[in-house]
Amino acid sequence: MHTEAAATFAGNIPGGQSARTDDPMQDEDFARDAAIVAAAVRRKRLMRVLPWLVIAGMVVLWEIVVRVFDIPEFVLPAPSVVAQSISKWWNPIIMNAGQTLKTTLVGFLMANLLGLTLGVIVGSSTLVYHGLYPLLIAFNSIPKVAVVPILVIWFGIGTAPAIITAFLISFFPITVNVAAGIATVEPELRDVLRALGAHPLKIVRKVGLPRAMPYYFASLKIAITSSFLGSILAETVAGQSGIGHLMIVASSRFEVPLVFAGLVVTAAMSVTMYTIATLIETRTIGWAMRSQGDMAGGV
Amino acid sequence: MKERPFVEIDRVWMRYNGTGGTLALRNASLTVEREEFVAVVGPSGCGKSTLMRLVTGLWPASSGSVIVAGKEVDRPLSIAGMAFQNPTLLPWRSILNNVMLPFEVVEPHAGRLRRDRASYEKQCLELLELVGLKGFEAKNPWQLSGGMQQRASLCRALIHQPQLLMLDEPFAALDVFTREDLWSVLQNLWMVRKPTVILVTHDLREAAFLADRILVMTSRPGRIMIERKVELPRPRTTEMTYTPYFQDLVQDLRGHIDRARQGEEMAHAH
Repeated sequence: MHTEAAATFAGNIPGGQSARTDDPMQDEDFARDAAIVAAAVRRKRLMRVLPWLVIAGMVVLWEIVVRVFDIPEFVLPAPSVVAQSISKWWNPIIMNAGQTLKTTLVGFLMANLLGLTLGVIVGSSTLVYHGLYPLLIAFNSIPKVAVVPILVIWFGIGTAPAIITAFLISFFPITVNVAAGIATVEPELRDVLRALGAHPLKIVRKVGLPRAMPYYFASLKIAITSSFLGSILAETVAGQSGIGHLMIVASSRFEVPLVFAGLVVTAAMSVTMYTIATLIETRTIGWAMRSQGDMAGGV
Repeated sequence: MKERPFVEIDRVWMRYNGTGGTLALRNASLTVEREEFVAVVGPSGCGKSTLMRLVTGLWPASSGSVIVAGKEVDRPLSIAGMAFQNPTLLPWRSILNNVMLPFEVVEPHAGRLRRDRASYEKQCLELLELVGLKGFEAKNPWQLSGGMQQRASLCRALIHQPQLLMLDEPFAALDVFTREDLWSVLQNLWMVRKPTVILVTHDLREAAFLADRILVMTSRPGRIMIERKVELPRPRTTEMTYTPYFQDLVQDLRGHIDRARQGEEMAHAH
């Protein structure tokens, strides 16, 4: 009895929006239902355009403030001036942005490789966890800007310090999150697999890694943005190219609109990478981000 | 000559974390026959779950011997299926693939899986149908109710035809109606597959409904206090739970457990 009821109940859910023929709905009920649906659709549409509206509003406000108070260009350039600067310096900006993107991504990929490997090891063994964790914490608490001069001594000025700084700054969140995901596998689940005679490596592969994926992707979003932070930091201190270098050169020439142009381009790259990370996340671990609407059967 | 018991626990002691830890079991002994359905009941924290992990070899005993299928248990058994209070299904897998999990681990299935996937999937679908989950195999666990998830969890515990099925309060988190439904589902599964079952529970009616024999444990440090045979024909029905025999049995068990708990309070008072 109960089973059947549950089955019918759950079976109804996917077709929830469409009316069923055996349901005695009146015309006015349909109209009201349609109105509710329409309101929900409008709300969803608003939520989608809202971020763009806010950004556009910010830019407009900025422009107005600069013009009304007549703020000099070398203090705060208006968005229109920044835009002009971007189109004027388009080629150097694109070249340097490409350089920054490259160093950032190389550092970020290295961080992924080491972070995943180390995370799996630290997360699966309490012994390694206890031995290694304090060192990791100590390592992470070093301000990375203080490391750059050392990197310059070791590797010289150029691309290498930027890649390594991007790597150093982003491998920690990945390691910690992957380790957390693997270490928090339910003991019962581990027992189920152990009682089947599963090898520890197999438990990591079948349960630990998939379970750590939401943690991993959450850390990727932090890691990619901090990778940019790392590479641009190193470029400003010890670069010969890249957006950070461009901005330092521009500011030394009081070419303030170009500095702002560099900021805008950096933000655009960073947001783009963040969005890509989010897209991959929703594609691969939809199971971890289910919404209330997907639920069926309340028991 | 009588066949040797399938599970023999002989004077087992269990202390956690070396000398300073809790003493969970004190001189516990019990035997379980092949294809027998045994329920272990007792006050909470009496070491029921510990007993289960000892039998499956997940934890080693501090002292005493645990013998399953004639062999001393010194590592996790690979012949056991387990189910817990929490269904512990993998949320990234469909119900079907959750039930398939043991085949990916247990030999010789793991080696054959790639080749014979279709026939293994067919076995899973048949078992799912037996517990009333037909048509839900493609769903994700979180799309199912708690009771349905627990059914799937039972399927996963049984799919590879384990000789030993260990159940640790599998229905404790469910509402009364769902729970009694699942008693019948489990009884049905056991009658079809005939594994040896050790069911740990604190629900005395559940124990009386399902088991051939009920073992009552003392409070911690636990050992087996008494045992009761349940003389009810199979398949048992909900109606039987209203008979005087059933109710007297449950009363009797309750009395023993109450005494065990009082003993615990006395011990604390000293």
